[in-house]
Amino acid sequence: MKEASIAEKPKYWRKPLDVDKLKMPRGKLHVIKERCKGCSFCVEYCPRDVLELSTEFNSKGYHFPLAAREEACVNCKLCEMLCPEFAIFSEEVETEVEKVAK
Amino acid sequence: MNERHPMDKLLREDRIPHIWCSGCGLGTCLTAFITAIQESGIPLQKMCVVSGIGCTGRVAGYLNIDSFHTTHGRAIPFAAGLHLANPSLKVIVFSGDGDLIAIGGNHFIHSARRNLDITVVCVNNFNYGMTGGQGGPTTPIGCKSTTTPYGNFEFPFSIPYLAAASGASYVARWTALDTRRLTKSLGEALRKKGFSVVEIISPCPTLFGRLNRQGTGLDILRSYQKDTVIQHGADPSKVPIEKDGKIIVGKFVDIERPTFLDLVKERLGDKFEIPWEKFEREEAAVPSADE
Amino acid sequence: MQSDSGVLTGEHFLSGNEACAEGALAAGCRFFAGYPITPSTEVAEHLAERLPEVGGIFIQMEDEIASMNAILGAAWGGMKTMTATSGPGFSLMMENLGLGIMTETPCVLVNVQRGGPSTGLPTLVGQGDMMQARWGSHGPYEIIALSPSSPQEFFDLTIKAFNLSEQWRIPVLVMADEVVGHMTEKVTIPEPGAIQLTPRRTPRVPPEKYLPYEPDADLVPQMAIAGHGYRMHITGLTHDRKGYPVINEEAQGELVERLVQKIRKNRHKILEFQEEMCEDADVIVCSYGISARTSLLPIETAREEGIKVGLLKLVVVWPFPDERIDQLAGCVKGFVVPEINFGQISLEVERCAHGKAKVIQVPHAGGGIHNPDKVLEAIRRAAA
Repeated sequence: MKEASIAEKPKYWRKPLDVDKLKMPRGKLHVIKERCKGCSFCVEYCPRDVLELSTEFNSKGYHFPLAAREEACVNCKLCEMLCPEFAIFSEEVETEVEKVAK
Repeated sequence: MNERHPMDKLLREDRIPHIWCSGCGLGTCLTAFITAIQESGIPLQKMCVVSGIGCTGRVAGYLNIDSFHTTHGRAIPFAAGLHLANPSLKVIVFSGDGDLIAIGGNHFIHSARRNLDITVVCVNNFNYGMTGGQGGPTTPIGCKSTTTPYGNFEFPFSIPYLAAASGASYVARWTALDTRRLTKSLGEALRKKGFSVVEIISPCPTLFGRLNRQGTGLDILRSYQKDTVIQHGADPSKVPIEKDGKIIVGKFVDIERPTFLDLVKERLGDKFEIPWEKFEREEAAVPSADE
Repeated sequence: MQSDSGVLTGEHFLSGNEACAEGALAAGCRFFAGYPITPSTEVAEHLAERLPEVGGIFIQMEDEIASMNAILGAAWGGMKTMTATSGPGFSLMMENLGLGIMTETPCVLVNVQRGGPSTGLPTLVGQGDMMQARWGSHGPYEIIALSPSSPQEFFDLTIKAFNLSEQWRIPVLVMADEVVGHMTEKVTIPEPGAIQLTPRRTPRVPPEKYLPYEPDADLVPQMAIAGHGYRMHITGLTHDRKGYPVINEEAQGELVERLVQKIRKNRHKILEFQEEMCEDADVIVCSYGISARTSLLPIETAREEGIKVGLLKLVVVWPFPDERIDQLAGCVKGFVVPEINFGQISLEVERCAHGKAKVIQVPHAGGGIHNPDKVLEAIRRAAA
C-alpha cells in the first residue's frame, strides 16, 4: 500500500452503530530467527506492512523479518500461514476497546 | 532463543529447519496441511501420511504422525493397502507431480477409478526438483528443464482433468499463495468420502524457476497473484496450465460416488461379515495415546 | 469349517496353488493384493473367493508393483499379507521387495516359477528365478526363501513363511514352480489348534519410549502398527533407530549391517533341509522344488545299480546351508544338482563344497521336468 488507500478516507466508511464497542484485534509477533531463510513472503504479504527484513542476519546468513510497526499488527496470521519455515507466528494480545475508525 | 511455533507439536522438531530451499512453497503447503488436519476434527492418532520420493516426498519425514516414506511413485498403492487393512485410519498421500503422475500415474488413475477413500495432495512445481530440475509430465510446453533444454515439446497432463476423468470424488487446485482457500479445501478433501485430490501449484525457485527465469520464490508468488483466476466448478478438461498463461484454480469436482469399500459392503454385506465392522467394534478396546 | 479361523480342516484333494491359498488363510493372512499371472493366478482366484468368507480383503491391483506395495502398506495397517506372482511379475516386484526388507515389513511373496527369461513359457515349469530370489533387489541384503515340492508342502511352507516373516520382520519368498502349483494331491489340513503361528512382535514400551528400529537381542526390532499413537516414521532411505533418514556412512554401517546379520546370525534357526539315505552316500543329489521329487526315481534306480546315493532336499533355499554342504563334501565323491535352469543353486553347492567333491549340474532349459535318465547319468558320473 503506497498511498493512503480509499478505505482510509473516513468519508467513504459506513460507521457501524456499535463502533464504540468494537475491538481491533492486536497481535504480538514472534520470529524464530534461526529457522528463517529470508524468502520475504511475510514481509510482502502482510496486509498492514508490519514487517521489514532486518539488517542483521542469522547464523545461516539470512536476513529475518522484524516487526517494524508492531502496533499495526491485527493478528491476521497471514505471515504464519505463508511462512514456509515455521519461523514466524503471532499471538493474540488483549486490548481494550478502542476506536476503530476516526 | 528456543521459541516454540504453535505447530511444533505436529512437526518432528529435531528435523526443523527442513531441507527445502529458501522461497520453496513446500513449507507453506505443509503449514496449510497441518492447519487443515488440526481443524478437521479427525483424531491425530488415526492420521497416516504416505509420501513418495522427491522434495514433496520429504513431507512425511517432518510430520509427527504415523508417516511412511515409500518408493518413487508407489505412495498410492501403499496407502491403498494401509487404508484397506484398517479403514478407520485416515490415510493421506502427500507427494509431487513427477512422483504421482509420471511413475505413479497408473496407480493414481486406478485408485481414482476405484474411488478408494484416501486423500491425495499433489504439489506441482512442474519439474523433478530433488534430482536437479528435469522435465516432467506437468511441464508446460516451451518451458526449459535440464532434460528439455530447448523448451519442452510434450503436451503435459492437466492433473484435475486426469483425476476427474479417472473418477475422483473431489478435485481442487490452488496455489501455495492462496493459503486460506487452500487450507479450507484441504479440510474439505480430508472430510470427503472417496478419492479426493488437491493439486497445489508451488514455486521451485532453485530449479524450475531459475531455468525459466521466474525469479525468486517471492517473484513466483507475485506471478501467481497476477495469473490466478478462481473458477469454482470449472470443467476439469478446460483448466490446462500453459507457459505465460492463466492458472485456473478452485474446486472443480465435488461429487458423491460410492467408494471401493461401499461397493464391497453392498455386494458382499449380506453374505459375509465385512472386516471394517470388526475394526469399528475393536476401536473401543484400543487405548488411545495422548496427542 | 470354522469361518473365523479360516482353517479348512480336513483331508482335501487340492492343487498346489489352492493349498498355498489355504495355507495363507490358516496362517492368519487376511489381505491379498495381486495381479493375474500364469501359473500363479489360482492363488489369487481362490483367495478372492475365500477371503470375504473369513472377513479378509482381496484386491486385484493394476500391476505387480502396486500389489507389492499394497501388501507392505496393509502389513503396516496390522494385517498378515501376501501376494503371488510368477517370473515377469517377480521382476517387477524387486524394487519394493527391497523396501520391505529395508523397512523390515513382514509379508509373504509367492513365486510360482515358469519358463523364462522374459515372457517365456507362461504355462510350463521353470526354476530359473532362484538366484533372483537371493539377489534380485538392489543393494546388500539377506533374504529367506522356501521351496515346496508338493501341494501338502506348499500348504505347510506357506504357513512357515508367515511365521518366519513375523519372527524376523522380513518379506519371505515361497519359490514354488508351475508343476507343484498345478498338480493336485491329497492335502491334510489340521485343526486350528494344531497349527503353530508366530504372532507379530508388538511394542512392549509406550509410544514416548518407542524407537521403531531399536533392535531386541536377536537383532529384530519391535513393530508398531499405524493408528495406535506411535507416530513412527518409516522410510526406505537409510535411517537411524528413530526411523529418521540419515545419509552417511555410519548410519549405513549400523543399519545395513544389522539387516544382514539379523538373518546371518540367526541362520541356524531358519535353515531347513531334508536328508534321505545320506549317511552312507557316495553321491548326494542336492535339489529343491519339483526337481527334488523327480530325483527320487533316478536315486532309486542308482541304488539298485549299487551306487550309494542320497537326497538332500532343500526346504529353505535361502539362507543356503553352507555348513552342511561343506560337511557332506568331505564325505562324498560328488554332488548332483538337477534344477530347471542352467545352474543357479549348483553354483552355491560348488562354492560350499570348496573343491572337496565334484559338483555335477543337470541343467534344463524349462518347460518340463528332468528326464530321469539324465539325472541317473549324472549320478553315475559323480560316483565314478
